[in-house]
Amino acid sequence: MNNALIIGQYVPSNSFIHRLDPRTKIVIIFFFVIFVFFANSVASYGLLTLFSISSALATKIKLSFIIKGLTPVWILIIFTFILHLIVTKEGEVLFEVFSYPIFSGAVILGAAIALRFFLLILVTSLLTLTTTPIEITDAIEHILQPLNRIKFPVHELALMMSISLRFIPTLMQETEKISKAQASRGVDFKTGPMKDRIQAIVPLLVPLFISAFKRAEELAMAMEARGYQGGDGRTKLRELKIERRDWLTFFGFALVILSLFLTRS
Amino acid sequence: MEISFKNVDYTYQPNTPFEHKAIRNLSFKVASGTFVAIVGHTGSGKSTVIQHLNGLLTPTYGEVSIGDYKLTPEKKIKNIKDLRKRVGVVFQYPEHQLFEETIEKDIAFGPKNFGANEEAIKERIIEVMQSVNLPEQLLTRSPFDLSGGQMRRAAIAGVLAVDPEVLVLDEPTAGLDPRGQRDMMEMFYRLHHSKKLTTFLVTHSMEDALEYADHVIVLDKGTKFMEGKPSEVFLRQKELNEVQLDIPEVIKILFKVKEKLGISLSYKGQSTYDLACELKAALGGGSTNE
Repeated sequence: MNNALIIGQYVPSNSFIHRLDPRTKIVIIFFFVIFVFFANSVASYGLLTLFSISSALATKIKLSFIIKGLTPVWILIIFTFILHLIVTKEGEVLFEVFSYPIFSGAVILGAAIALRFFLLILVTSLLTLTTTPIEITDAIEHILQPLNRIKFPVHELALMMSISLRFIPTLMQETEKISKAQASRGVDFKTGPMKDRIQAIVPLLVPLFISAFKRAEELAMAMEARGYQGGDGRTKLRELKIERRDWLTFFGFALVILSLFLTRS
Repeated sequence: MEISFKNVDYTYQPNTPFEHKAIRNLSFKVASGTFVAIVGHTGSGKSTVIQHLNGLLTPTYGEVSIGDYKLTPEKKIKNIKDLRKRVGVVFQYPEHQLFEETIEKDIAFGPKNFGANEEAIKERIIEVMQSVNLPEQLLTRSPFDLSGGQMRRAAIAGVLAVDPEVLVLDEPTAGLDPRGQRDMMEMFYRLHHSKKLTTFLVTHSMEDALEYADHVIVLDKGTKFMEGKPSEVFLRQKELNEVQLDIPEVIKILFKVKEKLGISLSYKGQSTYDLACELKAALGGGSTNE
């Protein structure tokens, strides 16, 4: 279960990508997601693939680990590809499977969509793989700062995000602990009829909710005891700073986008 | 039940950047009816070891046998529920596993899962409430109305109600006041003898290990560092300090006495009080040294 999906997981390292300002990463990924849809030739797709793979390599995280971690996504990608093969009817008939014609247009379109999908997932998961949740929320708070003028509670939103992100691993641990304790008391979560398995969730959920509420109360108390009162005039422990490597990255990314438009057909 | 570990390895999240070898090449053998204490610094693999005892984890390499049950990396055992019925585990802060509306229902939860009949369960509930020293009036109350110490007792009663042959305790006294800690340990010690249990105690308290255990296993970074009778293991102060463990107070006194006064007393399991008496006698009772 632990190694099934890596989306949202952070893998600590000291690579170039890890050290980039989180805002740089978010902005670049935001534009990447848009520009992926502009690719329409083999060369432009190749360019984007090259960009994504080399970014992935630059994180110093094993590529095989990333690819394996996206297993559930692969299933989705293959499914879309097959769906395109069946539904699209453009171009010439390439060959027939069980007397069902497969068109050349379908293969090309299917491959393009599948690749696009893969690139999107790969690049966005690079963000969470190389950036701690705290950095991400800090960056989002920064980026949304202008909304403060229209009285949008940016700081509170960021706080809510960071608290919930912070407690995901804690809750996961808690879940594992309690499910082990209940398994020791004879609860079977893995086999048996569906009805029993659904019932087996109750002894897991009740203690989980109770501890989550307790934790929330304790956290609120601790924050109040330390005089927390929201964002006004609050200084930051980690100041975000755009450095030379960020400018270099922006420049490199701009070059990629420029060549993308040059290679479009 | 006789329990043995043979060259056991356990690795968390193998083949990922988070791969972590929690225990390596661990072997030991424990005879039925032994009170075993497992001690070690944080992260030494104590909790991983005890999770093998009822098949929550299966070894990545090697073999664990609990009575007739064998856990190996190759195949899963089918009658795991049967094993879990016979090995009761009290996890750290067991009060976190309470969930039913009344204490009675919560205690009955385990036996019911293991297929005991209503009547037998009723009898067991009365029995275990006595064992853990909770008044029967509490049975109809919600577990969440109780005090922390009572909640823990109720949760332990839920494990005992299954009537296990092996009892595994993961720091059962953590977070209790000194009096509560003492009562709790005395309770487990009584049960150990009256029910002829094989008991595993994971603890940070060297005092408890010395006082209650027949056998001590010292773990360090996932490997067995030392093993033996508590009265022998705890005399090896230097080695224990190497793995960030302390020795029990009583033995510390012995060493200090020898160092400062040059009197060497031998440790035979006496209490601090008896030791003081011995020391007094050795110093020539009631002299100015007192």
